[in-house]
Amino acid sequence: MTDVAIIGAGIHRFGRTDGVSGLQQGVIAARAALADAGVAWEDIRIAFGGSAAGGNADTMVAELGLTGLPFLNVANGCATGGSALYSAANAIRAGEADLALVVGFDKHPRGSFNPEPADWGLPAWYGETGMMLTTQFFALKLRRYMETYGITPITLGRVAEKAFANGALAPHAWRREPVDLETIMMSQMVNDPLTKYMFCSPSEGAVALVLASAAKARELGATPVWVKAAVVRTRPPGSFEVFSPSLDLERGPSPTVLASRAAFEVAGIGPEDVDVAQLQDTESGAEIMHMAENGFCADGEQEAWLAEGRTRIGGTLPVNTDGGCLACGEPIGASGLRQVYENVMQLRGTAGARQVEGARVAYSHVYGAPGLSAVTILAS
Amino acid sequence: MAEAATLPPIAEGLFELGPPPALIGGRERATGRIVFPCPADRERFEPVRLPREGRIWSWTVQRFPPKSPPYAGPVETPFRPFALGYVELPGAVIVESRLDGFAFDELKVGLPCALRLVPFAGRLTYAFGPLDEEEDPK
Repeated sequence: MTDVAIIGAGIHRFGRTDGVSGLQQGVIAARAALADAGVAWEDIRIAFGGSAAGGNADTMVAELGLTGLPFLNVANGCATGGSALYSAANAIRAGEADLALVVGFDKHPRGSFNPEPADWGLPAWYGETGMMLTTQFFALKLRRYMETYGITPITLGRVAEKAFANGALAPHAWRREPVDLETIMMSQMVNDPLTKYMFCSPSEGAVALVLASAAKARELGATPVWVKAAVVRTRPPGSFEVFSPSLDLERGPSPTVLASRAAFEVAGIGPEDVDVAQLQDTESGAEIMHMAENGFCADGEQEAWLAEGRTRIGGTLPVNTDGGCLACGEPIGASGLRQVYENVMQLRGTAGARQVEGARVAYSHVYGAPGLSAVTILAS
Repeated sequence: MAEAATLPPIAEGLFELGPPPALIGGRERATGRIVFPCPADRERFEPVRLPREGRIWSWTVQRFPPKSPPYAGPVETPFRPFALGYVELPGAVIVESRLDGFAFDELKVGLPCALRLVPFAGRLTYAFGPLDEEEDPK
């Protein structure tokens, strides 16, 4: 089975870009990735792309060129980017293509998402009575976790403080001003225990990557970043997912736990080997819980980790070095690939002011509705 | 709550009016697993009355007005926050519910609570609130 390398990475900055559609942002990111890889669109043999609200990725061929290549649309919620990368890596491993493009983009209206119960197979009363909000799910999962493992609100604040500090160092981030801990803690309560600054907002942005077989990467003389694992998993019994009118008494692990274990097994390494990690941080508590679900610490240890600054740049395991979703916002189709983009920059040593010194192994994790997770492990 | 009794339920098959009221869950015939609400597939699930009392498993407060649709409740200015959470019904299932009659600052995981039916936008829905005073907390 051939090794797979990332040889090109491009991004359209996250946040709000009026007058540029999500699809156009995707095209801009794709062109940047191709230029970064030093290849032409005509060289790409297969493409995978997706967005939740920004349109059909495959229509990009009108802009990029009508080369006749297979272009598959991926729709996997927050794991869209991870699923596209997983598919492209497998296409290369299968010998189907030696050069692949992966693209994720989105453009969401302002404000919280407002899903319709019927689209989720749920009865109308569930939405009518005000229980169908994603923000509530995050708060409810977090409250239970905090009570069980002794996590306090200040730790949530520290996650957000770190995110905005890192975002200030990332040119592609949306929120580029540090926010102090007191402001975060005293800001408007949204869904207890989470305040306004502890939640990410729907936003816009796009990322594209060029993947190559090992032989092709050598032929092109590229400096590759190796894909050691790209894994997608759906939920096991007893996991706690968004939009659940009831939960089983017998609780089980999350899809993240399954994806993480599988990714470490495929890569043949453990959490202790990771130098930098990008973890789904839809809100502050998600980053806390995902630190443990991905195997980086035991449940409850996050309280000390955050107090000691261990996940800051310069700490023992820097987490969300570009500010994550909290500072970049959440364009659903693009977020997972933004994490991979950030890891590529870290492994190339081109992350500028947010560079993690000596980073050789980088981990990224997305989680989304209705219970799926994608994990990617890269190495230089 | 006399007037409430004349209101139509927010959905059929969700609860029995009582007294005392009860949520109707579904027991999967093959496994005994209980879910709420009871799925329409009656070959697979049989309706069961769920325990009326339980304990708060998790909770939050909805501080901003949910988007409408789908929300059908009142959206005053300023918006009046409401509490909701999951309630563990012993030996049965954990159900999501609005929480009614608690002060926000008394909410905590493990707090005993009991089912009640409450008026909601011209209809009757379910919620969990403090135990009735005359009853012994279990």
